[in-house]
Amino acid sequence: MQSKPLTLTILDVLSIIVLGISTYLALFFAPTERVMGDVQRVFYFHIGTAWTALMGFILAAVFSVAYLVTKNLKWDRYQVAAIEVSLVFFFLTIVLGTIWARPVWNTWWTWDPRLTTAAITELIYIAYFMLRQGIDDPERRARFGAVYALIGGLSAPITFFAIRLFRTIHPVVIGGANAEAQGGFAMTADMRVAFFFALFAFTIIFIDLYWNRIRLGELQDQVEQLKLKVTM
Amino acid sequence: MNKTEPRPTSQPLQGSFVKAVSAVVWKDLQAEFRSRELFSAMLVFSLLIILIFNFALELDIKTRQSVTSGVLWATFAFAGTLGLNRSMAIEKDRGCMDGLLLAPVDRSAIYFGKVISNLTFMLIVEVIVLPVYSVLYSINLFQPGLLLVILLGSIGYAGVGTLLSAMSVQTRTRDILLPILLFPVVIPVILSAVKASGGYLEGLPFEEILSPLSLLIAYDLIFIAVAFMVFDNVVEE
Repeated sequence: MQSKPLTLTILDVLSIIVLGISTYLALFFAPTERVMGDVQRVFYFHIGTAWTALMGFILAAVFSVAYLVTKNLKWDRYQVAAIEVSLVFFFLTIVLGTIWARPVWNTWWTWDPRLTTAAITELIYIAYFMLRQGIDDPERRARFGAVYALIGGLSAPITFFAIRLFRTIHPVVIGGANAEAQGGFAMTADMRVAFFFALFAFTIIFIDLYWNRIRLGELQDQVEQLKLKVTM
Repeated sequence: MNKTEPRPTSQPLQGSFVKAVSAVVWKDLQAEFRSRELFSAMLVFSLLIILIFNFALELDIKTRQSVTSGVLWATFAFAGTLGLNRSMAIEKDRGCMDGLLLAPVDRSAIYFGKVISNLTFMLIVEVIVLPVYSVLYSINLFQPGLLLVILLGSIGYAGVGTLLSAMSVQTRTRDILLPILLFPVVIPVILSAVKASGGYLEGLPFEEILSPLSLLIAYDLIFIAVAFMVFDNVVEE
């Protein structure tokens, strides 16, 4: 069995360090927002997890195409890893969002396009894992997974667009403005530092987890092959 | 199952594709005409759902105005999964799918054949549910615009549903898996169909119905194109 690559070990340590720094920046360094108060600090991690999770879902759709074209099981492992890590990150995004929304919007949940699409996206990828669980043959599991991840990846943005036909109250902090958004604010320089560092930190953490998950997938395959050898 | 003759080389490809599609449709319709199990189950199920909504929502005159399109689409969606599951399970159980795949026709012909037969079952059920609903709640549902929305919505639903049901019947948890796979990805259809149908029922000007309607058309085109491209991967043995 191959040992853990040194780069990955370094990345593991780096992830912990940047998470610590990012937590410090978000909780202590960044100034308290005037209207919303301390709860606004949730924002830094909220965006950090959301951004990486979305990247992961987009990657998964790309791997779908790659698998369907090449039929190389490598792409399937990459896809499962991306979706699994993104699913957890996106769940964190939703939980952090509701924590922020309770005092600011005065409700845990509202059927806003972003929130609804986030919930539906989670359900799509939970369905993805339920589909995979029901199939024993690894090659068919990979094919069906790729097809469903592709369909799901296409459907999620259309869902978002469809619900946008209704109105939204979700604030857009970066670029664009929505007159009806509630809880928006302008970032100060210190906030920007915390914000961009959170983006950076979560990208590193995501890559680290993602890499570990791919490695786990490879080891799983090796174990399965060894088991086959033993039984034969 | 229908005999599919080997494709004569002189025959244009286009003609044989249409022939293959219609052979699959014809086979399904004929089997259904003889057994009537799928159709009767879908129809009775839809009427029961309407009955449940009647008590769950207290469909008095005021509520009726606003929830009719929602009740209709929930009914179609639930009855639709019943039909999709059954129509693919029949193929799988009796080994018909293998026979179909052995036929020397393009795989996409099988896909389109199944979509058209699934769509036909859905439309037949809808054609019966609509007048029943109209009579029960004295709402005129026979408006050309509304019928167009129902047709477009059913196309999208059957298009994605056929692809996903072909996958779900090949899994261990097949009976329960289809709605779980289908509902989250078919939400844009339900959403825009409910919005467009509601618009027609309330008599809104066409400009306000245009955006959900065009979204519905876009969804149908995108997803049928994608399903057409990936269907090979789903039935490959």
